[in-house]
Amino acid sequence: MTSKLRIFLFLVLAYCGATQAFAVNGIVTSGKIDPLPIAITPFIAAAGTENDSATISGIIASDLARSGYFNPLPPESFIEQIGSFDQSPNFASWQQVKTQALVIGQVSQSGGRMTVAFKLYDVNTQAFLAGSSFTAPPKFSRRLAHKVADMIYNKITGFAPYFDTRVVYVDESGPKNARVKKLAMMDQDGFNPRTLTSGNEILLTPRFSPNTQEITYAAIGTEASRVYLYNIDTGQKEIVGDFPNMSFAPRFSPDGQKVVMSLQSDDGRNANIFEMDLRSKQMRQVTDVPAINTAPSYSPDGTRITFESDRGGSQQVYVMNADGSNQNRVSFGKGRYSTPVWSPDGKYIAFTKQGESKFAIGVMAPDGSGERILTEGFHNEGPTWSPNSRVVMFFRDQPGESGGPQLYSVDITGYNEQKVPTPEFSSDPAWSPLLK
Amino acid sequence: MMMRLANVKFAALCCCFLALAACSKKTQPTLDSPGLNTGLNDGGGQSAPGSKGDFKTNVGDRVYFLNDQTNLSPEAADTLTKQASWLKQYRQVTIQVEGHADERGTREYNISLSARRATTVRQFLISQGVAGNRISSIAYGKERPVALCDAEQCWSQNRRAVTVITGGAN
Repeated sequence: MTSKLRIFLFLVLAYCGATQAFAVNGIVTSGKIDPLPIAITPFIAAAGTENDSATISGIIASDLARSGYFNPLPPESFIEQIGSFDQSPNFASWQQVKTQALVIGQVSQSGGRMTVAFKLYDVNTQAFLAGSSFTAPPKFSRRLAHKVADMIYNKITGFAPYFDTRVVYVDESGPKNARVKKLAMMDQDGFNPRTLTSGNEILLTPRFSPNTQEITYAAIGTEASRVYLYNIDTGQKEIVGDFPNMSFAPRFSPDGQKVVMSLQSDDGRNANIFEMDLRSKQMRQVTDVPAINTAPSYSPDGTRITFESDRGGSQQVYVMNADGSNQNRVSFGKGRYSTPVWSPDGKYIAFTKQGESKFAIGVMAPDGSGERILTEGFHNEGPTWSPNSRVVMFFRDQPGESGGPQLYSVDITGYNEQKVPTPEFSSDPAWSPLLK
Repeated sequence: MMMRLANVKFAALCCCFLALAACSKKTQPTLDSPGLNTGLNDGGGQSAPGSKGDFKTNVGDRVYFLNDQTNLSPEAADTLTKQASWLKQYRQVTIQVEGHADERGTREYNISLSARRATTVRQFLISQGVAGNRISSIAYGKERPVALCDAEQCWSQNRRAVTVITGGAN
């Protein structure tokens, strides 16, 4: 076990070293990471799981490929056919197809439950790197595949997993001047999309609770923007607080006990940030500055909040203590900075940046240093982080009467920009934590 | 939901602005009676005095704002002065002021910016003598553009506040 672990660590370190070489400074809007060739053999199917088995191998390959760090080789190129999960691979054969990692697996079903098992090998050292099995009702077969992909991704890159996650977003349909905007949710790879509200209200900025059971969002009905809590299991929604003025831009605290949001002032001129304790329903005013203070997002330890404010004349990103003390501007580049979102690892703030008729998505350290633009164009907006802080998802609006927004993701290095498929136009994504 | 005017300081500011606006519009006659201006619509017969059509056609239901601005241009103040006159004539009419922003901003900010615009209009109408309890307001952010060309000529039409009659019209 120790020797296996040492080899595994060596590979991880070697690969981390490689990724370091790709880290970039300044503006990078296109390019490639050098991905690791990996052979994912067709998973061996027990009777009755043939269809699932092929799907599961495909999901794993697709997850790894979309991460940008892997190049799953086409199964047609494989020389050795793996016929048994207990078979020892012929590593010479796998070296010949120029893969560096090899995955074999099997799918079985018993007692109404599906089990997916896998083994991961380093082809060059012939070392067994990892192996595990996951069991769940068959309707969760895609999640089982994501769990396997997550473990492979983690073992080889050293990064925390993120494939077994969901994304909430706004499903947009209808003409641009009368867009119907519904709450929607899907798996992170775009599968299982479903809308959760009827579209009677203009739905904005949905965000997951830390336990992924609830969503908070703002919606404009016939009266005003209001902040809601939506329970995914029951489909029930409730208004957060009974405020005379409009409320918007909600987000959960890391412990899930509070929602922070903006409330428009009585005189209608300003918006300030308030925090509501969901149990006691007590409201606490966090900012009290005559300006538009909005888009609050907690640091992962809950001690600080980043937000945007136009108190200095234009939208800029600020950081403060969660009690409202020590409010400091941290964005100082050219342009307007908005929609700050703290990364789950605490190391970055992602933002939207407007300047010279372009909208960019970027990241910087919480003190404002080390700004990097990940993508830039006509209109990019609203970043959200994968739970491992490696991928930023956002939406990109297309110009023109028939144009509409679409979700995209990009690696934190600025490489590997990918369209995230959705059935309709899509905006305002928010990534869930890793599912339990 | 109605956004109530609770800030006396702001009311004072608004009055100062009103004084300026009033000066700037003295060159134009005030159309106290919409009946004076119905020539354009006699053919259609749609715009009976005191009707929604009358308000929209003969008074003007919307004002426009500069990029990222919430203050009223002289033209906007002129339109709102006409709106106030009409609303004082038809005292049973209730309205909702819709604030809007163009698409060249981020979503959350535009919600608040458009609320500022709706508030500016509402408070101007109140300062002109329209009772505050007749005026509700709502902020739509960038969610309801009317012009879709993705150029300044369209964005300038989308940065607007629209006075929508919600009840009491003929």
